[in-house]
Amino acid sequence: MNVLVCISNVPDTTAKITFTDNNTQFNTNGVQFILNPYDEIALARAIELTDGGNGSVTVINVGEVNTEPTIRKALAIGATEAVRVNAKPHDAWFVAFQIAQYIKTNPFDLILTGRESIDYNGSKVAGMVGELLDLPSVSIIKKLEINNDIATVEREIEGGKEILTIPLPFVAGTAEGVAEPKIPNMRGIMSARTKPLNVIEPVAVKTFSEVIGYETPAPRGQVKLVPANDPGKLVELLHAEARII
Amino acid sequence: MPVLIYTENSGGKFKKSTFEAVSYARAIADQNNTSLTAISIGNVSEYELQDLGKYGAEKVLNVSGEKLKDFVNQAYASVIAEAAKKTGADIVVLSNSFSGRGLAPRIGVKLQAGVIDGAVELPEQKDGKFTAKKTAFSGKAFAIVELTSANKVIALTPNAYKIVEKGPAAAVEDFSPEVNASDFKAMIKEIVRSADKVSLPDAEIIVSGGRGLKGPENWGMLEELADVLGAALACSKPVSDADWRPHSEHVGQTGIAVSPNLYIAVGISGAIQHLAGVSSSKVIVVINKDAEAPFFKVADYGIVGDAFEVVPKLTAAIKEYKALA
Ligand SMILES: Cc1cc2nc3c(=O)[nH]c(=O)nc-3n(C[C@H](O)[C@H](O)[C@H](O)COP(=O)(O)OP(=O)(O)OC[C@H]3O[C@@H](n4cnc5c(N)ncnc54)[C@H](O)[C@@H]3O)c2cc1C
Ligand SMILES: Nc1ncnc2c1ncn2[C@@H]1O[C@H](COP(=O)(O)O)[C@@H](O)[C@H]1O
Repeated sequence: MNVLVCISNVPDTTAKITFTDNNTQFNTNGVQFILNPYDEIALARAIELTDGGNGSVTVINVGEVNTEPTIRKALAIGATEAVRVNAKPHDAWFVAFQIAQYIKTNPFDLILTGRESIDYNGSKVAGMVGELLDLPSVSIIKKLEINNDIATVEREIEGGKEILTIPLPFVAGTAEGVAEPKIPNMRGIMSARTKPLNVIEPVAVKTFSEVIGYETPAPRGQVKLVPANDPGKLVELLHAEARII
Repeated sequence: MPVLIYTENSGGKFKKSTFEAVSYARAIADQNNTSLTAISIGNVSEYELQDLGKYGAEKVLNVSGEKLKDFVNQAYASVIAEAAKKTGADIVVLSNSFSGRGLAPRIGVKLQAGVIDGAVELPEQKDGKFTAKKTAFSGKAFAIVELTSANKVIALTPNAYKIVEKGPAAAVEDFSPEVNASDFKAMIKEIVRSADKVSLPDAEIIVSGGRGLKGPENWGMLEELADVLGAALACSKPVSDADWRPHSEHVGQTGIAVSPNLYIAVGISGAIQHLAGVSSSKVIVVINKDAEAPFFKVADYGIVGDAFEVVPKLTAAIKEYKALA
């Protein structure tokens, strides 16, 4: 089975998020970039599914040359080869279009993404790739098993879950539960240097959206402390001041 | 041009997040002096469909029948896109629910529309520019996104827009578009729903527990607190990693992002990854025995104390208050 895992390069989860140029640019100064945590889950499951030479795992990233350390990390974790579409990831549509284009000439049995990227939180790439290729897509899966080219997936729904069967190929966005992220070992890190990382040029495509600015949430006022032996006081405040209960 | 709202149901009933999305779509239609049509897919009663008028839908296209009874992402996206074409709608609104996240990108591609996912406010439309604010960086910031396409898809974050009741009953019309067989490759085998549980993304109040609770056996007191408040339960990542609670309750940067009216954090330190998913809660209450816990810096109200003593007392105080109210 050949699996394609879409990976994004995102600010570290502990990064302080600030903006420059009158709040129009994300300030990358001092920010460490990592492999999107959900994509790590997708990658881990892809490696499990192809374990023991049962196929290959290709990772694809739409990004400029600065994303290569993250791509190498995916190779070190165990991907077979990597593709970088040499372009700034303008928006989900642009990214999905490039990925779909690649799949058209290089078909895969399964295409995995993360449930969302932790920077733009769109949850859009999986659905768009699915639609562009007329393949089924499921966003936010918690389990993925494959038997004789039929997958059984568990999808999260509000207050419960849904279990689906889907014939290969299809696109899915993985969340916790699908697999435990893998940590690269020494051999992986060594071999990552020599594994193929193919750089291809993007295809031209019209874009539909533009991030024109950012805002940071309004800071909260000073916390009001209530004595531990008098939670009744908290109830009073939640009622009379916060008007919640 | 008209606005179309997809009204998601859960087992044949509309949810609060659906009414929020209808109210939101109504306001967008008003911004543009145009009409609002709803599309419902599945088996929803005539009464419930007409009731959508209350939130501002003038007309409801009703797609019923066995084949589309349960959510099939690909087929639902086709039906909604067909409804947009039929009504001439250039703005499609839906809830950014779990299903909505599967639909919005597919509808976007079908209509060649820019998509704003997770909108938290009404769009702004001036000088020919259409922009909306959405959460970004897992709740650490907001992005203002401009849609430059003629067609637009907007998925509204649950609990971000207030329900407005104003209209008369809606006119219901049957709609049965052709759907390709290839749209039904994915098949639902089973739906598991805990009917009595408030779902996390929809919850107005959330009671959340962290490692400070020491073990799964101590969740009883949080359940009681949640019960008296009608709240949903959540937890920090290490709690679900240790299987004290299911993964579906994990909130934060790598869990579910929530924005309830009230978030009560018990025995949670307030790590940046946890705060990322909960900081857009309207009011935050923190109960922690360590006065230096970072969570207090972003809390509105706090109790420095041992959860095992404070929580039962708080539950009792709320019960007392509710008995009087
Ligand atoms: C990539 C990545 C992603 C992550 N994503 C998430 C995420 O999405 N969500 C998330 O929650 N975490 C996430 N984390 C983990 C995060 O960094 C913290 O480790 C985690 O949130 C801590 O959980 P906690 O507050 O329950 O536990 P702890 O940090 O151990 O805190 C326990 C707290 O309980 C208090 N306490 C102890 N006993 C009592 C008592 N008797 N009464 C009252 N208070 C008591 C302590 O003072 C302490 O503040 C992520 C980490 C990484 C690296
Ligand atoms: N620039 C990118 N290159 C490749 N895959 C991406 C890129 N951006 C996002 N993805 C994939 O799409 C998923 C969802 O991203 P998003 O739609 O931005 O939330 C991520 O978890 C990745 O798997």
